[in-house]
Amino acid sequence: MFKEFNATKKKIFRIMDDQGLIISDKHMPDINDQELVDAYHNMVFARTADHMTVSYQRQGRIYTYPPNYGQEAIHGATARVMRPDDWLVPAFREMGAWLAKGATLKDIFLYFMGYEVGNTWPAANHFLPISVPIASQLPHAAGIGYAIKYKKLDEVVFAFVGDGGTSEGDFHEALNFAAVWKVPVVFIVQNNQFAISVPFRMQTASDGIAIKSVAYGMPGIQVDGNDFFAMLKTLQEASVHCRSGNGPVLIEAITYRKGAHTTSDDPTKYRTKEEEESWEKKDPLKRLKNYLDSKGLLDETEDRRLEEQYRLEIDRIFMEAENQPASPLEDVFKYMYADMPDDLKKQQVEHENFLQWKESNS
Amino acid sequence: MSMKIMNMVNAINSALDIKLAEDPDIVVYGEDVGVEGGVFRVTEGLQLKYGADRVFDSPLAESAIAGTAIGMAAAGLRPIIEMQFCGFVYPAFNQIISHLARMRNRSRGRIEMPVVVRIPYGGGINALEHHSESMEALYAQIPGLKVVIPSTPADAKGLLISAIESNDPILFMEPKRIYRAIKQEVGEEKFSIPIGKAKIITPGTDVTVVAYGAMVREVQKALPRLKEAGISVELIDLRTIYPMDKETLAQSIRKTGRLVFVAEEPTSFGVGAEIIAMANEEAFLYLQAPPKRVTAFDTIVPLPKGEHHYIISPEKIFYEIQKTVKF
Repeated sequence: MFKEFNATKKKIFRIMDDQGLIISDKHMPDINDQELVDAYHNMVFARTADHMTVSYQRQGRIYTYPPNYGQEAIHGATARVMRPDDWLVPAFREMGAWLAKGATLKDIFLYFMGYEVGNTWPAANHFLPISVPIASQLPHAAGIGYAIKYKKLDEVVFAFVGDGGTSEGDFHEALNFAAVWKVPVVFIVQNNQFAISVPFRMQTASDGIAIKSVAYGMPGIQVDGNDFFAMLKTLQEASVHCRSGNGPVLIEAITYRKGAHTTSDDPTKYRTKEEEESWEKKDPLKRLKNYLDSKGLLDETEDRRLEEQYRLEIDRIFMEAENQPASPLEDVFKYMYADMPDDLKKQQVEHENFLQWKESNS
Repeated sequence: MSMKIMNMVNAINSALDIKLAEDPDIVVYGEDVGVEGGVFRVTEGLQLKYGADRVFDSPLAESAIAGTAIGMAAAGLRPIIEMQFCGFVYPAFNQIISHLARMRNRSRGRIEMPVVVRIPYGGGINALEHHSESMEALYAQIPGLKVVIPSTPADAKGLLISAIESNDPILFMEPKRIYRAIKQEVGEEKFSIPIGKAKIITPGTDVTVVAYGAMVREVQKALPRLKEAGISVELIDLRTIYPMDKETLAQSIRKTGRLVFVAEEPTSFGVGAEIIAMANEEAFLYLQAPPKRVTAFDTIVPLPKGEHHYIISPEKIFYEIQKTVKF
């Protein structure tokens, strides 16, 4: 498949059209009806949680949050392919993949409410926390890949970055290291057309991102990131490629960020209604729903009931997270070092003395 | 323990050799460290002994060398990376500052960073631009890092073994001017020297002189003349920049009442400023003279034909110490 859709051939890999009709049956990924319906419901859950998080932010109940709206098929497909021992190296906009890795919605809420503990995902293993400096997580993925190869483990790293991140030096260094070392990393570029306000055409003069794979000596593919089947097939093939010891793969998932960059951003300043509408019909969930409907796999009433159940569940989890007390002073210090320097101990004690003084003088 | 004459290059090599043999999770890499054994030959012979998957040349990109080490550490390895020269670390700053120093805190202790970043540093070797600076204060100010600088072959070995065994990220800065200049008997087997503890090299009563790295030797060169002048110097080798052994320093300053700090770093906003602040906080009423920094100018390190102006000489150290004592 990577030969057929080799990045130099300038073909975007699609299986399903904008209406949800299958246009390339021979590439249909390996997934049965029940798994497909489950995957769809997981994506609906992630989208519902995402929408609700934005409204919690609007209500002043959570801090800055980067919405996932419109990009759920990429995460939903990753969720299906990623095995429990595989590694997830996130950027910050792939909620469906975090949930699949074992993050709970409560963990995620806590993180965006301002608790470091929201980074710990106690139920998960083999992941790195959310990485804010753009593309800086990709060299970590190459390093994890090296450790996997060194220890001869059957694991793959799924590493995320956005289209803006591909302009960073770390993107290039990471791809180069991973290819030279021939380590099992799937680099997933979510090309959602914008880096905050800067359109993709201003990031690179090359014809897309996938083409860059040629220079690094790894397979690269441009795939319709709003086509769940195409994403799933691509990730399945990439995973097999990595597990067979063939080195890394670069996937450029073409998608559209339907929401704002973060809740602090106003997209009306840099894009038009017409553009937003043109992407609306390519919405990943609508397309998959159309397909599922055509196969008679969905039950409208059941779906409405499920969605309502999701909303109640999400709200319950959110309120549980809201009950978390503010982080104690000792937490500011105690995770800094395995072996804490005396200076830090002293600074903590001095501040505690001040707090005691404040208490007794109030 | 059987002893062997070693210079600092041999001693660091010995520490790496011992740890590589002991712990299969240790990997050593960077630019030219594999086949060539590093531009200073510190890793010579290690690839042959431990294989090219454990001691190897990476592509030439400092940010990814540091960044991949972070990933390896998260996945259970204990990488030791070499930054070829101090002036080439800056591309890796984002990785060192934004991730290496923060991953433990960010993950609430779940992901530790047992990474050693080896950095040959300092001037006095007639080098090209970007090869001679002493920017240890930059790293010492970053919360989450530790900064260690040895001054002798034996210290280099003992401190490096501690650094490799530490679960905190350590910047291990090697004073390349004395890589081969000092030879001494060093234990052939494993031994360690604790991080965060300074060493009193010569006890004295008139003035506390704090130095580290290549400057310890320069102070030692000034000692006979100071003795002749009737000045009793307590020379302390800091050994670890952060966390700083303030207790040993403060005790000494309270005893001598005077402090002279000698280092290759630029004068302002540096390790010296921190030590003087500490002297004020911990020994204010004992001070009999203003603390003095004998440090480099706040200028760019001159190229070799001008570097003699910049380098701290034993004469200058003598001059400043006797001035402080006579204050």
